[in-house]
Amino acid sequence: MPTITLRVNRKNHTVECANSSLLVDVLREQLRLTGTHVGCDTSQCGACTVHVDGHSVKSCTMLAVEAQDAEITTIEGLADGNTLHPMQAAFQECHGLQCGFCTSGMVMSTTELVSRNPDPSEPEIRHWLEGNLCRCTGYHNIVRAVQTCARGSRGGTP
Amino acid sequence: MKDFQFHRPTTVAEAVALMAGKDGAKFLSGGQSLLPVLKLDLAEPTDLISLTGIAELREIRVDGQALVIGALVTHDAVARSADVRKHIPGLAALAGGIGDPQVRNRGTLGGSVAHADPSADYPAAILALGATVHTNLRKIDAEEFFTGLFESALAPGELVTAVSFPIPKRAAYAKFAHRASKYALVGVMVALTSSGVRVAVTGAGAKVFRVSAMEDALTKGFVPEALSGITVSADDLNGDAEASAEFRAHLIGVMAKRAVAACQ
Repeated sequence: MPTITLRVNRKNHTVECANSSLLVDVLREQLRLTGTHVGCDTSQCGACTVHVDGHSVKSCTMLAVEAQDAEITTIEGLADGNTLHPMQAAFQECHGLQCGFCTSGMVMSTTELVSRNPDPSEPEIRHWLEGNLCRCTGYHNIVRAVQTCARGSRGGTP
Repeated sequence: MKDFQFHRPTTVAEAVALMAGKDGAKFLSGGQSLLPVLKLDLAEPTDLISLTGIAELREIRVDGQALVIGALVTHDAVARSADVRKHIPGLAALAGGIGDPQVRNRGTLGGSVAHADPSADYPAAILALGATVHTNLRKIDAEEFFTGLFESALAPGELVTAVSFPIPKRAAYAKFAHRASKYALVGVMVALTSSGVRVAVTGAGAKVFRVSAMEDALTKGFVPEALSGITVSADDLNGDAEASAEFRAHLIGVMAKRAVAACQ
């Protein structure tokens, strides 16, 4: 089986995996980074979203061998020690989750949105969230969380 | 998913050479269509030849009166490109509405074109703008490229390298999207070009097609009202759980009007 090196959350990991292994399976099963979830496995729900070179990607729809040479960030790599990433804190504050299954994907996806657009409107947030399905919240508090995080990162009052 | 040999060339020549003699091999671009196909075991390639390391296919350039977009350019890069937004804003908007952000970050123009999905968005732009598909072997006119359901004029082993879009006077795309996948139940691109008006419909039939009655009406007056009273027959249109053929026929009229309105 081929050996590949993946750089995940600022650390290099060398793993043996088949060419057909999906990135999400290597992250979860071999690196035990189980914060990245598999919801649909059909490229629609976004629960498996991670960052590859800063871009949100569905890790169920990318081969692990394709992620060599890239900087991968998972939900486990967002917080700074015990200090939550501002988007994680905003989801907590705004109650942007219920069962929590979709949350890591939501947080990964929306951190990219705010890095691109520090002041997204509600329609812009909802358009962006088309790649992430939540079956609990009805999305309202997720949208509020993103707005709260964006306001905070612009230096205003969260 | 069945395992395969994996190759990662860095030039077009190397990619084409790797494909030679391998009947069961496939090119892999962003993988947003091919990987779901492989996960369902609908294809079992012996080899995947990844194109993502080929830097020469990532260029967007203005070439005279055309915008030439490399096959490896992602939908997100097309949507955000200053050149595309300046010269064909309707194409940038179309790319920004494909799938979702994660799909746009990985999916590529060349991959979408080669896959020839009847519900994909790009085919509408390619046909409406009269684009030319460049391959490692030749240049293929839009009219000849899409030949049927998931079928194109590409020969086995032929590689899409770029698409050249003539810059129109005005063009816009309107889509009625599938709720989950964002594929077009019906998508209509309308373009006012130097050689006339072109209306191309994706999502509704086995392949993208033009509507000459709408083109004639818009030639007389390029306003949404010009399309009032024009109907498209549901006879050869797709009907499925999402939308009947009759509903798709109706949507073609609505989306065409919206596209013309967006051109104003």
